[in-house]
Amino acid sequence: MAVRARGRGALTRFFAAQIVLTLFVFVMLLNSAAIMVWVERKVAALLQQRLGPYLVGPKGLLQPLADVVKLMFKEELRPKAADAFLFGLAPIISATCAFAAFAVVPFGASTTFFGLLDEPLRLQVADVNVAVLVIFAVASMSVYGIVLAGWSSNSKYSLLGGLRASAQMISYELSYGLALASVLLLGNSLSLTDIVGRQAGTWLGFIPRWLVFVQPIGFLIFMTAGVAETNRAPFDFPEAEQELVAGYHTEYSSMSFAMFFLAEYINMVTVSAVATDLFLGGWHGPFLPESFGWIWFLLKVSAILFFYVWMRWTLPRYRYDQLMQFGWKILLPLATVNLLVTAAGVLYFGL
Amino acid sequence: MPTLDHYLLLSAVLFAIGAAGVFVRRNLITILLSVEIMLNAVNLTFVAFGRALGTVDGQIIVFFVMTVAAAEAAVGLAIVIGLFRHRESLNPDSFAQLKW
Amino acid sequence: MTLFYVFAAIAVVASLLVIAQRNPIYSVLLLIASFGALSGLYVLLSAPFVAVIQIVVYAGAIMVLFLFVVMLLNAPHEETEADERRHVLLRSGALRFGAVLAFALAAELVWALSQGRDTGAFPGASVASVAAIGRTLFTDYAFPFEVTSILILVALVGAVVLAQRDHPLDRERP
Repeated sequence: MAVRARGRGALTRFFAAQIVLTLFVFVMLLNSAAIMVWVERKVAALLQQRLGPYLVGPKGLLQPLADVVKLMFKEELRPKAADAFLFGLAPIISATCAFAAFAVVPFGASTTFFGLLDEPLRLQVADVNVAVLVIFAVASMSVYGIVLAGWSSNSKYSLLGGLRASAQMISYELSYGLALASVLLLGNSLSLTDIVGRQAGTWLGFIPRWLVFVQPIGFLIFMTAGVAETNRAPFDFPEAEQELVAGYHTEYSSMSFAMFFLAEYINMVTVSAVATDLFLGGWHGPFLPESFGWIWFLLKVSAILFFYVWMRWTLPRYRYDQLMQFGWKILLPLATVNLLVTAAGVLYFGL
Repeated sequence: MPTLDHYLLLSAVLFAIGAAGVFVRRNLITILLSVEIMLNAVNLTFVAFGRALGTVDGQIIVFFVMTVAAAEAAVGLAIVIGLFRHRESLNPDSFAQLKW
Repeated sequence: MTLFYVFAAIAVVASLLVIAQRNPIYSVLLLIASFGALSGLYVLLSAPFVAVIQIVVYAGAIMVLFLFVVMLLNAPHEETEADERRHVLLRSGALRFGAVLAFALAAELVWALSQGRDTGAFPGASVASVAAIGRTLFTDYAFPFEVTSILILVALVGAVVLAQRDHPLDRERP
């Protein structure tokens, strides 16, 4: 990002803006996790025809705050035979990878913040050419948090739970990557900003140029693989194992446990944000000027997150072997065929 | 500024460390890890030379080396699993005899 | 320049610890750290695609495989009690010879490199775009690409067959 030497004032303002942007994204992600806790419980309640949290604050809006305070005051336990270093490292890896993936996701058009800055600043913490690959790489690294959590708990059940969860994540990464590749064929670039830019405007005056209309199956594959990657229902067998035997985070309590669930919610937000950028046109939308595009982005991400919660409380859970069979025998061939058809389309119809 | 010599020296050091691991360690998995270190050192050499010569061929060779390393790691670990099941030991000295 | 030294130091120290660690789990994790440092070095060499692929393939897939195997095998330690108390170079037989060989190799490599002429700094910054890599890969290197796909298939089948629990031919026949 070239900053022409227009005096020290411009440079320091640019760096200050970058730091403010980074902090803003971090704080907003934390808030989004808290809001998601409330949304999950409220929507679950409404779907099950009951009230949900309503005591703490108006309409139960302060419930996440109460949950956080409760978790902070719980005792931090550690099994004696557990490997202390790995036991502490595992939730850190999970949480860090969850935040790091969002660093390359753009969430609004370039803006000068009403003339405060000399040059427009992209609403993206790190503007890299290979943004899509970075997201994929960070998703690969987040497997380690789960594997190490399972191993370091020094319990056979935790270990098997951790290995199963990570096997599930690795299996669905393939379909995730192939769905991404189909979008890359159409978007012709690895940079998320370029792909979003391609989705501006409309066809026939009212159908937006979103990639979901060109790649409907790709979108479905991406969302399914995304749900499986984040270990959410109906693919949340690793979490449900707690009801049956033990999961990879049974031995964790208090803030370490909170970090795992923070990581899960932020992974959900990241998958939704990436899906919005790739398939739903990012921050482009009617009626609003470009600089307020982040409002559209928020609305689209919220819609996808609502579907996430809706799916969890509506669909029954897959059994582990059904889950793996689905990932390898159905989703992966479908993603491959989708890629081939997209490639043929690009070649012969010049999409 | 780091020159080509810096990168070549670094990859030579890494290669020597990997080779030392293969020679010295008596644990099959650590030997495989040392082989991976050696392959990575070679990758670094390829990319450094590709940059110095201004071509993209270095990166493409790295692509192939990574693929071969993945295949070799998979098959190597499968063999290690088979060996462990038979002899309950990961020490290569336990397999010194030709008898199975 | 400092960034190069930081990444190089991390890579070398992590690799040394990999071969010095007794616990294989720590070896695998340290190797992942080394791969991360190498990925940083690739970024410094204007190869962002290779850097990301290193993380995705090596650190994200191959090392997970190693970690799975180490965790499931849960193998006991390798050295005898007497050997563990002595330094690697002072141990008996093969280990001493191996350590000497390793030093000889290191010395040889450093000598060979110091014989070369000074190559100077790298030519002007050129970020090889992913499009250029793809173009060259699918035109000049199309044949190795196809052969690699067959290699992966062979490795897949081989790994599954080699790790099978009971060989179909070993089962009792009525």
